[in-house]
Amino acid sequence: MSITTEPRPLPSLTTPHRGERQSQSYLTSERGILSWVYTLDHKRIGVMYLVGILTSFLVGGVMALLVRTELLTPGRTIMDADTYNHMFTLHGAIMTFLFIIPSIPAALGNFVLPLMVGAKDVAFPRMNLASLYLWIFGAVFLVAAMALNGLDTGWTFYTPYSTTTNSSVISATLGVFILGFSSIFTGINFIATVHTMRPKGMTWFRMPLFLWSLYATAIIQVLATPVLGITLMLLIAERVAGIGIFDPALGGDPVLYQHFFWFYSHPAVYIMILPAMGIISELISTFSRTRIFGYRFLCYSSIAIALLGFLVWGHHMFTSESAMAAVIFSALTFSVSIPSGIKIFNWLATLYKGSITLTTPMCFAISFIVLFALGGLTGLFLGALATDVHLHDTYFVVAHFHYVMMGGTLMAFIGGLFYWWPKMFGRMYNEFWGRMSCLGIFIGFNWTFFPQFLLGTKGMPRRYYNYQPEFQGLHVVSTTGAFILGVGLVICAAVLVHSLFRGRKAPANPWGVATMEWQTSSPPPVHNFEQSPKVTDPYDLSDFVLCEESGNYDRPSAGKKQKKPGEITA
Amino acid sequence: MFVLPLHLPLAASDSRPWLPSQSSTVAGDVDAVFHLILWISLAFFVGIVGSLVWFVIRYRRRHGVPAKREVHHSTWLEVTWSVIPFILLIVIFAAGFTTFMGMAAEPDECYEIKVVGKKWVWSYQYPNGYIDDALHIPVDRPIKLVLSSDDVIHSVYIPAFRVKRDVIPGRYTSLVFEATETGTFDLFCAEYCGTKHSDMYSDVIVHPSGEFEAWLEKASNYLETMSPAEAGQVLYKRRGCAQCHSVDGSQMVGPSFYRLFGREAILDTGDTIDVDENYIRESILEPQARARAGYRKVMPTYQGQLKDEEIAAIIEYIKTLED
Amino acid sequence: MMARSAHGTYSSRFRAHHFETAEQQYAASKLGMWLFLVTEVLFFGGLFVAYAVFRTLHPEVFVNSAELLDTRLGALNTVVLLFSSLTMAWAVRCSQLGQQRGLVICLTLTILAAVLFLGIKGIEYSHKWHEGYLWTSRYSASDVSSAFDRAGTFFSIYFAMTGLHAIHILVGIAAIGWVLRRSLRGDFGPNYFTPVDNVGLYWHLVDLVWIFLFPLLYLIG
Repeated sequence: MSITTEPRPLPSLTTPHRGERQSQSYLTSERGILSWVYTLDHKRIGVMYLVGILTSFLVGGVMALLVRTELLTPGRTIMDADTYNHMFTLHGAIMTFLFIIPSIPAALGNFVLPLMVGAKDVAFPRMNLASLYLWIFGAVFLVAAMALNGLDTGWTFYTPYSTTTNSSVISATLGVFILGFSSIFTGINFIATVHTMRPKGMTWFRMPLFLWSLYATAIIQVLATPVLGITLMLLIAERVAGIGIFDPALGGDPVLYQHFFWFYSHPAVYIMILPAMGIISELISTFSRTRIFGYRFLCYSSIAIALLGFLVWGHHMFTSESAMAAVIFSALTFSVSIPSGIKIFNWLATLYKGSITLTTPMCFAISFIVLFALGGLTGLFLGALATDVHLHDTYFVVAHFHYVMMGGTLMAFIGGLFYWWPKMFGRMYNEFWGRMSCLGIFIGFNWTFFPQFLLGTKGMPRRYYNYQPEFQGLHVVSTTGAFILGVGLVICAAVLVHSLFRGRKAPANPWGVATMEWQTSSPPPVHNFEQSPKVTDPYDLSDFVLCEESGNYDRPSAGKKQKKPGEITA
Repeated sequence: MFVLPLHLPLAASDSRPWLPSQSSTVAGDVDAVFHLILWISLAFFVGIVGSLVWFVIRYRRRHGVPAKREVHHSTWLEVTWSVIPFILLIVIFAAGFTTFMGMAAEPDECYEIKVVGKKWVWSYQYPNGYIDDALHIPVDRPIKLVLSSDDVIHSVYIPAFRVKRDVIPGRYTSLVFEATETGTFDLFCAEYCGTKHSDMYSDVIVHPSGEFEAWLEKASNYLETMSPAEAGQVLYKRRGCAQCHSVDGSQMVGPSFYRLFGREAILDTGDTIDVDENYIRESILEPQARARAGYRKVMPTYQGQLKDEEIAAIIEYIKTLED
Repeated sequence: MMARSAHGTYSSRFRAHHFETAEQQYAASKLGMWLFLVTEVLFFGGLFVAYAVFRTLHPEVFVNSAELLDTRLGALNTVVLLFSSLTMAWAVRCSQLGQQRGLVICLTLTILAAVLFLGIKGIEYSHKWHEGYLWTSRYSASDVSSAFDRAGTFFSIYFAMTGLHAIHILVGIAAIGWVLRRSLRGDFGPNYFTPVDNVGLYWHLVDLVWIFLFPLLYLIG
């Protein structure tokens, strides 16, 4: 079956077709900007988040291209050293705090979670809106730092540099503090929703895996983010009042700052990757048209990653902490790789004897597996003590985290976006160009970041404006890749935006999936479901039948007596 | 030790193009761990991607044919693919741990050099009190660097030796290693420290046996062997003056030394002053006492760090900067 | 200690549209509040860790500096907060039983106790200010004996912890004030008292934090 779009002139998204008897979707039910500003609808909030985080991604991405352009030559290329230092700092801060941490939970999770539990909204819709406002507030403060004295501390704000430099550290850290609360509120909302608003029949082990992953993520958001909050609060107090907790000149301890900071920031990377893994579970099973393999182990592994992730923060500090601490953290760090490996193997087993179509979301899912496997394996070099001494604070680390965060989370995010796009906006998109964008992104990404592993092993430190001439060749290769990656991302954006105007109208269930969000129209009405959705086994795809004309998958047994869904024991 | 049996099959005793030269006693061991992890990772990566590609091709959807897999869970499979990686991870951890403990061990007899990191220069103080801006060491002898910072966190990184240690203000940290090859190697700062972080570079010069002492002897006497102005220029470059004061008139953080001596300068109080020997000496020891107008007050004091003869040499050097 | 809500007489104006039942809404609200309290524990937890680290590194500084605090005022504040927790819990009970007058009185007493707490804290702070017992960079006390060397570190921790706590008291006063206003409008009764319950939970946590702060800061001397 191939999915094609027929470019027919269609009405715009927000105006219903005149004369057509149409139930209002959440996009058209209320008009005017204030109806969006004051909305309590999780779907609208999700869409607004999407716009915000994608804008942040654009800003952060432009900064990345400027950084890479500067690195074309060993000396000055297009900017001076101070500007460069501000540029990489803001690239990191914007990408981490404004884009990747909120991305999947806030933009996709907000939209999908209530639909997946068959509910009308999240547990606390007003807190959800507050979450969005806080994201905007935090973004304002962070961007204000750019307009004031900039930010040149690195996204990690290590002391005493951050307590003594002249840049707008206070504005930026205040922004991040506020963003932390946005994240906490999302976490509280999701935990409460999953605990109290599941429908009768949806026991824990009948939940879709995306929900499990959002739940595990929410646990981290609730437990870890407050520690970042207090850390930044103390940093601000240090700058404003000189309280002397982190500044050695005032009797403080700069390594204590690092412990505090990484206690949050390591679990934060699991906030980034867990929801991504949840998406991949959905995509792999959907587009292999078979039940996911190892369901229970996938659930347990999400929880294991969430909990183990709190025990390993010291692996960011092997060169600044005591030998004994280093040994303990190295040992614990290896433990986290087991559940991640379990997931990869279960996804592969799902593909085995499946019936696989390479739709756009599936292409991104497959890219994820390749790139996340590579990124995760390079983490082993960094978790092992002897090799980390050589590789710490070099380009090897930069390559590693871009592979897992960009090759991992971003790929899954885009895959999820393509997957749920028909549901969110009621449009299908051009499959060919969608797949092309995946290819362009995959090629560009590897072209950019693989050479950076070599830069690292050869000894080039990170956050370097000038570098030794022998490293130039690899830098030129990397920068070339960055522009190719940019082109791939632009194509991806173009495909999606084009679909909003010219895309074929999407049916309720274009992929033939059993999870509940597909039991309502695309896009859904304001209250999510016209008829109460049925609780079924979310991974039983056996009785779907495709209607070739509409592209919709139907369950012929729907309406007839439903056999009671058994608990998933896998 | 534990890692040695792995040396041979992995043939990691020679350096590879993706790694720097192996120029210290631990470099070979570190590289052996690196290659152990590399082979294991490659095996898994090839296995994962290979299966992926094979399955996508082999199980590509054929119209009307549903997925054929009957089995959707297998506990023994889960256990297998948890236990085998777990064992391999223990091996990797053990290899990293053993080599790391070897790197941390401090021999009884070390040649100790004090290293001070300060934005954005390194300075090395040898046991006889001589301070240089390059790290000179004898080959085949255990060296202990005692590290401290005058301002923010820096980090000493010598890729060819596979060593790195953070330099933290308010405390001393130490780094022990032994060079096995003579020659010149890179020493980078590996903890971001501001504007010129990437310029905070030193040479590491490893002297052949017997030659190190001779070098130290000669270098320590630079105040006797060079003219005061030449010595002053050496101090200008090594002791951090060059970071903020140009000698060609160009604007930097501090006033240029070019055509400075004997002229009048304006202070931030509005008074004028003659730039004479006394004023320069005061500016070195008490920089904020009478600061120049139009410049940020960021100069650190050199009180206790420069001897009188060194200050005199610097003054002589500044006097020569006329054309 | 939850009074059973009478079925069928649930005040529909407070049931949010997206919940199926009142029980679901109540369960969700309570869970949400508890989760928020967990974040507060971790937030303060960071400061307790900082305290532990600095106390371990400089035990004599902490022990000596604690003598500079006024233990009587601290003890008085502890009693005041415990009393306020009692009145808060009583208020929750009143709302569950539909006792309007009792509810309003108890909420008011809680606010008054909280304000008293802040007043006593203000007296302590102004005393420190006059004596120069402040955080590191502003520590200017005339005691220069070695026992009080680096007392600035202790006071940095002291002001950070009690200051953050005082901010939480302020927020609590505002929250209880809001609940009081709604009580005066007659919003609460046996069928719906969740906001009183939840604000009560928050208030108890704020009290609990003080119960830990007081001995760690005041009683170690």
